[in-house]
Amino acid sequence: MIYAVIAAGGIGSRMGNMDKPKQYLMIKDKPIIVHTVEKFYVNSSFKKVLILCPDQWVNYTKEVLEKYLPKNEKVAVLKGGSTRNETIMNAVKYIEETDGLDDETIIVTHDAVRPFVSARIIEENIEAAIKFGATDTVIPATDTIVESQDGKVLSSIPDRSKLYQGQTPQSFKAKTLKELYYSLTEEEKNILTDACKIFSMKGYDVHMIDGEVHNIKITYPYDLRVAKALLDEEEK
Amino acid sequence: MLNTIYRLTQPRKIEIAFSEFDLFSNDVIVRPTYLSICHADQRYYQGTRDAKVLAKKLPMALIHEGIGEVVYAPDGSFKPGERVVMIPNTPTEKDDVIAENYLRSSKFRASGFDGFMQEYVQLPADRLVRIGKSIRPEVAAFTELVSVSVHAISRFDRFSHKRRNIIGVWGDGNLSYMTSLFIKKFFPDSKLYIFGIMPKKLADFTFADKTFLTTEIPDDLLVDHAFECVGGNASQIAINQIIDYINPEGTISILGVSEYPVPINTRMVLEKGLRIFGSSRSGREDFQKTVDFYEKYPDIVEALSRMVSYVKTVRTIKDMNEAFELDTQKSFGKTIMKWEK
Repeated sequence: MIYAVIAAGGIGSRMGNMDKPKQYLMIKDKPIIVHTVEKFYVNSSFKKVLILCPDQWVNYTKEVLEKYLPKNEKVAVLKGGSTRNETIMNAVKYIEETDGLDDETIIVTHDAVRPFVSARIIEENIEAAIKFGATDTVIPATDTIVESQDGKVLSSIPDRSKLYQGQTPQSFKAKTLKELYYSLTEEEKNILTDACKIFSMKGYDVHMIDGEVHNIKITYPYDLRVAKALLDEEEK
Repeated sequence: MLNTIYRLTQPRKIEIAFSEFDLFSNDVIVRPTYLSICHADQRYYQGTRDAKVLAKKLPMALIHEGIGEVVYAPDGSFKPGERVVMIPNTPTEKDDVIAENYLRSSKFRASGFDGFMQEYVQLPADRLVRIGKSIRPEVAAFTELVSVSVHAISRFDRFSHKRRNIIGVWGDGNLSYMTSLFIKKFFPDSKLYIFGIMPKKLADFTFADKTFLTTEIPDDLLVDHAFECVGGNASQIAINQIIDYINPEGTISILGVSEYPVPINTRMVLEKGLRIFGSSRSGREDFQKTVDFYEKYPDIVEALSRMVSYVKTVRTIKDMNEAFELDTQKSFGKTIMKWEK
C-alpha cells in the first residue's frame, strides 16, 4: 500500500514576521497546505494522505482541511516529531499501528510548502520507490555551489555538472526505512538532514527523479510572491 | 487543486501556466495519457492562422484529440483508473433540434479555450466516454477525428435516399481513409469507390471495392452518393467533379475544410436535384457510436492503427516541440504524444 506523508513541520521562522507557519499562508484563496494535500488526495494510488504538523497546529490543520477539502476518510492529521526524520517515523508508526507494515508499504514524503508538485513527479516517485526502494526528486544545479569549512574562506568548488538540488517528494519502502533508521547511533541521527541520507549512508542506492524548476519550496516572502505571480498568470 | 497547463503563447513557443480546480465541483478530473495532433493544432503551432485570430486566441493549450484516465470523480459517475475519451465540444445550452456541435454557443477545446495539453483536465462527466483498455491507446487517442466521420455518415444516412449501390469518396488522405472504413461498416451492401490523386495512397484503401485516379475516371462511371474529403484549394475541383459523376437526386456530404469560398456548379446541382450538406465536428452520441464500433469490429482498430505514424513520449516542453516538428514531416497518418508530463 502507498501512503503520502506531508511534512508540515516548519513553524515559519524563516518567513519574516509572519504570524502563521508558512504552510497556512494563502495563495489563490486557499492555504498552501491545502493545495499540496489536494495533489495527493486526488491520486487514487494513495490509501491515505498523512499530514504531520507541530503539536500546537494539529487541530488547526484538521479544521483547515475540513473546510477546504470534500468530506473524506482518506486524510489524517498527525503530530510531527522533533526532527524531519522523527516526523517521518511518526507517520511510519501510524501506518504500522493502523494497517501494518510490510515490504510493499511505500511512503511518498513531501514538503507541505511545495504545492506545485506535478502528477508526473508523484507517479515517477511511486514507480521508482516500488522498483528501487528509495527515491529523491532533484533538478540539476544551476548556481555554482561552493564549499567552505569555516564559513569565511572557500575550501572547494565541486564540479557543477555532478551537483543537483534536492526537492521533494522523497519516497521509500517504509519498512526498510524504519529498520535503517533505528539501526543508526544517536550521533549518526544528529547529522542527518534528510531521510535519503539514511539510505545512502547505509550503502543503498537512492534513485533520482527529475524534479521541476517550478516545484518551488515556499520558504521566504520572496517565494510567496513568486508563487502568487505564477498563479495570477491564469487570468488571460 | 493547482494544475499545470502547457500553453502556446506564440507560434512554436509553449510555456507553462497554472490554473486551479475546485474539488467541490461535480466535474471529473482526468489525467491525459495519449494525445493526438490535428491539422488545426499545427496551424496554431506554426502560426499559419490569421494574425488577428492568433492574437485573440493565444495563449491557449492545444490538442482536442485525446484519451486519459479518470483520477477523481466526486459524483461517483466514473471510477479512478477508468480509461476515457475526452470530448472537446462543450455545450453551454440544450437544444432538442440542433446538435450540440452546431450550437453557436458551444465552446471547443483548443479553439475557444484550453485544450488537453495539461497535467490534468477537469470536465463534466457527460464530456467523457468510456473506452476499453483492449483498444490500442494510440488509436483511441484520435477517436475525436474518427467521430467526425461517424457523425457525417450518420447524418448522410438520415438525409440520403435509399438507393446506395455505389458510394464514392473523394480524397486519399486521413479523413478519406477513416470515412471510407466506416462507410464500409455502415453500408456493407454498397460498393465503395475511392477517388484520389496518389496511387501510393490509394493502394492503402484495401477494403474499398475500387479506386480511381481523379484524372482517369471512366466516362460512364456514376455514383449514387458521394463524400468530399479533400478540402483546401482542391475543394472546388473535387466538388464539381462529384457533381459530374453523381446520379440524380444523389447526396453529397462535404467534409473538407476550405479557407476560401468555393464556386460550385449550381446549374447542375439544380438539374440533378442534388442534396449537398456539410458536417463539422461531432458530439457525445458520435463518440459513443465510434467507441461501440471499435469494440464490435476489431478490424477497424487494426486498420486505424496503420494511421499511427509517430508516437513520441512527452515528459518535457522540448518533447512537445519535437512532437509537433515530427508531425510536419509525415505525409499521412497521425502523430501521437504519449503524455507523461
